[in-house]
Amino acid sequence: MNPNAHPPSDSATPTAAQRFARGFELAYTGLMRALEPPFAAIQKRIGIKGMAYVFVAPNMIIFSVFVALPMILNIWYALTGSNRLMMEERPFVGLDNFSALLDCKDYLDVNSCKQDRFWRAVHNSVLFVALQVTAMVALSLVTALILNGKLRARGFFRAVFFFPVLLSPVVVALIWKWILQRDGLLNALLMAGGGERVAFLHDASWSFFWTVFVSVWAHMGFYALILLAGLQAIPADLYEAAEMDGTPKWRVFWRITVPLLLPTLLVVVILSLIRAVQAFDEIYVLTGGGPGTATQFIVQYIYETAFANQVHLLGLAAAASLLVAVVLMVLTVLQLRISYHGKTS
Amino acid sequence: MSLIRALTRTRDQRSMHLTDWLTYGFLLVGVVLMFGPALWLAASSLKTKSALQEFPPSFLPMGQKEIKLADKPDPLPVYLVPLASGQSAELALQRRIGLVGLFIDPAQPGADPVRARMDEVKPVRELTFAWDNYAEPLRRFRFDRFLGNSLFVTIVSTVLTLLVNSMCAFALSKYSFRGRDAMFVFILSTLMVPISVILIPAFLVVTSLGLTNSLWGVILPPIATPTGVFLLRQYMLTIPDELIDAARMDGASEWRVYWRIIMPLAMPALAVLGIFSVMWRWNDFLWPLIVLSREESFTLQLGLSTFQGELDTQWHYLLAMTMMTLAPVVIVFTLLQRHITTGIASTGLK
Amino acid sequence: MFKQLKTITGGLLALCMPVTAMLATSQTAKAADPTEVRIMWYSDGIEGDVMRDLLDRFEKQNPDIKVTLDRVPYKTVVEQLPALLDSGQGPDLARVTDLGGLSRHYLDLRPHLKNAKYFDDNFASSLPWFRPVNGAKDGVYGVMTQLTLTLPLVNATLFQQAGIPMPGPKATWDDWAKASKAVADKVKAPYPIAFDRSGHRVSSLVLDMGGKFVDGDKPALIDDGFKAATKMLVDWHNNGTMSKALWGSVGGTTYRGATEEFANAQVVFYMSGNWQFTQFAKTVAKNFEWQAVPNPCGPGNCSGMPGGAGLVPIKTTKNPQAVARVVEYFASEPVYEEFHARTLFLPAHLGIAKKGINYQTDDANVKKSLAIAVDQVAQTSPVAFRLQGYEHNRILFNATISRVNQAISGEMSLDDAYTRIQADIVEGLAAKGIKLQ
Repeated sequence: MNPNAHPPSDSATPTAAQRFARGFELAYTGLMRALEPPFAAIQKRIGIKGMAYVFVAPNMIIFSVFVALPMILNIWYALTGSNRLMMEERPFVGLDNFSALLDCKDYLDVNSCKQDRFWRAVHNSVLFVALQVTAMVALSLVTALILNGKLRARGFFRAVFFFPVLLSPVVVALIWKWILQRDGLLNALLMAGGGERVAFLHDASWSFFWTVFVSVWAHMGFYALILLAGLQAIPADLYEAAEMDGTPKWRVFWRITVPLLLPTLLVVVILSLIRAVQAFDEIYVLTGGGPGTATQFIVQYIYETAFANQVHLLGLAAAASLLVAVVLMVLTVLQLRISYHGKTS
Repeated sequence: MSLIRALTRTRDQRSMHLTDWLTYGFLLVGVVLMFGPALWLAASSLKTKSALQEFPPSFLPMGQKEIKLADKPDPLPVYLVPLASGQSAELALQRRIGLVGLFIDPAQPGADPVRARMDEVKPVRELTFAWDNYAEPLRRFRFDRFLGNSLFVTIVSTVLTLLVNSMCAFALSKYSFRGRDAMFVFILSTLMVPISVILIPAFLVVTSLGLTNSLWGVILPPIATPTGVFLLRQYMLTIPDELIDAARMDGASEWRVYWRIIMPLAMPALAVLGIFSVMWRWNDFLWPLIVLSREESFTLQLGLSTFQGELDTQWHYLLAMTMMTLAPVVIVFTLLQRHITTGIASTGLK
Repeated sequence: MFKQLKTITGGLLALCMPVTAMLATSQTAKAADPTEVRIMWYSDGIEGDVMRDLLDRFEKQNPDIKVTLDRVPYKTVVEQLPALLDSGQGPDLARVTDLGGLSRHYLDLRPHLKNAKYFDDNFASSLPWFRPVNGAKDGVYGVMTQLTLTLPLVNATLFQQAGIPMPGPKATWDDWAKASKAVADKVKAPYPIAFDRSGHRVSSLVLDMGGKFVDGDKPALIDDGFKAATKMLVDWHNNGTMSKALWGSVGGTTYRGATEEFANAQVVFYMSGNWQFTQFAKTVAKNFEWQAVPNPCGPGNCSGMPGGAGLVPIKTTKNPQAVARVVEYFASEPVYEEFHARTLFLPAHLGIAKKGINYQTDDANVKKSLAIAVDQVAQTSPVAFRLQGYEHNRILFNATISRVNQAISGEMSLDDAYTRIQADIVEGLAAKGIKLQ
């Protein structure tokens, strides 16, 4: 976009990528320039300060219509019963859906709950998010650090680690199902090596492990890419100076790499947290929540209650989603509070 | 500790240290783990339906050898049959009766069939590529239509997402106005709420706007991503205000400040969001499934899943078409890969 | 409420972008001439192609009607179609499997048919499945596109290898379980018995064990027959007659077949149904001999569960006449027969079933199995037909499969599972406005 941002082409004939970038730049400049007069006219009317509202408007309108409004409508669903979709056809039931969800004799024993599946899903989700985010951040960090080093065929390795990101969730699940099933590739390899067959998908703990593994496998490349970019942004002269001083390498890592990478790491943590909470597609296709309910997570519970089961219990699903949304909203705001406090102090 | 030392090392070294071995070991495992399954997928897309279901699975598309005999309508499977003479021969199975098979020598189709017990013969396997997996669905599958729809959805969504989110992030990070913090918290609070939990009311909204079966119904709702606004705002906060003030002094309009100064400087964050958006929209399934029900408006992911019925799934077609679906994104990312990393890195993402 | 929502959201969006203008143009630009009939159609195999082929012929004979066949994923039919129907945006016709659950959206074609008596005569057994509770008692609310029947498929070669004779036509479930286990032990097959993970398949075992499912118009699922059948399943999983590797690897109401395992000669006795024949013709080919066998007996019955998919006209259609003509064409004897002959489906058409279909297959295993399946349809218990016609049967199926599976994987006892099943049914029916107790 900024002509200075591009490296000068080293040969007379531009590569396809360079031509693409050039074309993109032209289109961008043309469009933006064309939009200048109307926005300038608006600015003349309402002043610089008022322009803030103009900039926010498109996003806020779409957000209100397609995100906020549905969330508000969800409240109506949560307060009504029946399997009807149209709101005017749904009888009002008050807080019945909520009390059904929260009806537990003992919150630690899921079998004592009226909606045992909801609580199983809550338990599973908490564990999943904790494990998955930890593994995701750790592995993508190690990968980024290694890919940042001087390597032979670095471009190839970077592409390889990014590759699974391109696959659709259904395909990801499919590949791993074939690898992990009773007579899948992994068991074939184990048995060829003289080992015993392992029940990867019908043993609850293994199954849980693989849901974490597969979702890390599928998305790690994206976070490694972000971290890699963060690492490359650390000025090389800092390292050179440290080396001239003879600073031990581990000290360089803790004193230079870690603090300068921290902001990027925070972004990665937040993004991966979001994705972990929302994890659904791959796992749904891979295990369907099984064995039993060992890998049933909260989004899947809501989805199944609202859609997949023959009677669409929209009210119950809406109530569950509201509970989850409220918890997530509070957690998000708290988390950001804490991280901002950490920054300012 | 030695690993960490290896990881922080940026200078070249002449000889291979333990740390180098560890590094390359990690990479090797990484390649096998990350790329192996994908290669297997590619190889599997050329397997016949029966080869796909074989236990244990083979890596390459192996199938049983078949021979077409002049007087038989269908090709016959070939087995390695032990003969009375003690040798073995490759014979074609004509018919099986219980545990015994009747085999014909393809060289002498007229001769008397050889009888052999089925548990003593071995199928002859060879590399067989089921190109039909590609040819057959392409003949009746509206790949071009689906591809066009997918491209339209992905490109338009990504452009709009980047535009709308960056405008919003710009205002949230560089202006102080009444309601700003409320708006930011409002957006942020939905950061983690997945769209799948508001699917039904969102469907109602889309319906009441008459957007069902329209690609716009797929494109518009997820555009105002909280993730995008958050990411971009955080990044734009690091752009010095002096740059903006200087531009205003030169008489630049606010719009000009936005597109000439803020956007180019926010390139790394935009690139991350762009990749995110492309991958997400190209592979999105759940939301299009709810909005689209007419074949002519299907995206590739929806088209692919039409091979999934209630009781049976045409895996061989599904895999082949998946490879076709994968091709455009792989090509784009291979072409742009260097630009993406250097682009993101040139200014650094903070 | 809905109207207000429309104006609010519409207003907001109009402010936002000129997109609405684009939409308006895209909606007006529709072809005007021939009447369009849209069919939402999912496919398991080749039936979509066969249907398209037949419809092409229809269009040639009826140039005033254009039939669009929207081939959709099965997921669309289960998850999106109900929402479309509720909001009045359904297609003109749809191929569905939850015949009863969606029935309030069906259109009675009787007034629009040229020859309604033809339907009465030939689809007598399946027409009641489509009728809504408050609908016309003689209404024609749809026509089956495929009749399915649960029945066991047996790997005959494994029996021969083990030197154990196959139990005869009136053998009990116990006989089959013992024989299958003995065969599997001898030939080292990992799955003596496999069941599709589906409430529908389990129901045929319940049926044979004497389960009644429904009492009048109310569900009465948990009876002695049901308990005996589910206990049998749990016991089989515990003593190795069934393997947890199949049912255990998924959860909820997710369907899990054992087709791959059967095609790899790992299953001795596979409780599935006639729809598997075509794919085994391809995947098993000549690797071993297999065949369908008559449903085993229990104290209650020796019957399978009928089921299948039907083509249903939707109430909101603007062209009921054209829809009726399409349905009449499809149901007409030569077309219906050709459709089934090519897809190897069982016909719900009594006349054709009686006459017999000349199926287009050379596979000896398939031929033998089709003959048995056709014969089994005739022997299906009235209890099974009643259950298939029960509007809310899917609620029973889903509750059964997810809860019994939890008992099998050890998350709860079988007695707890019964309590949960009952609670699930009450909850599901309550959502449909039916109070139990």
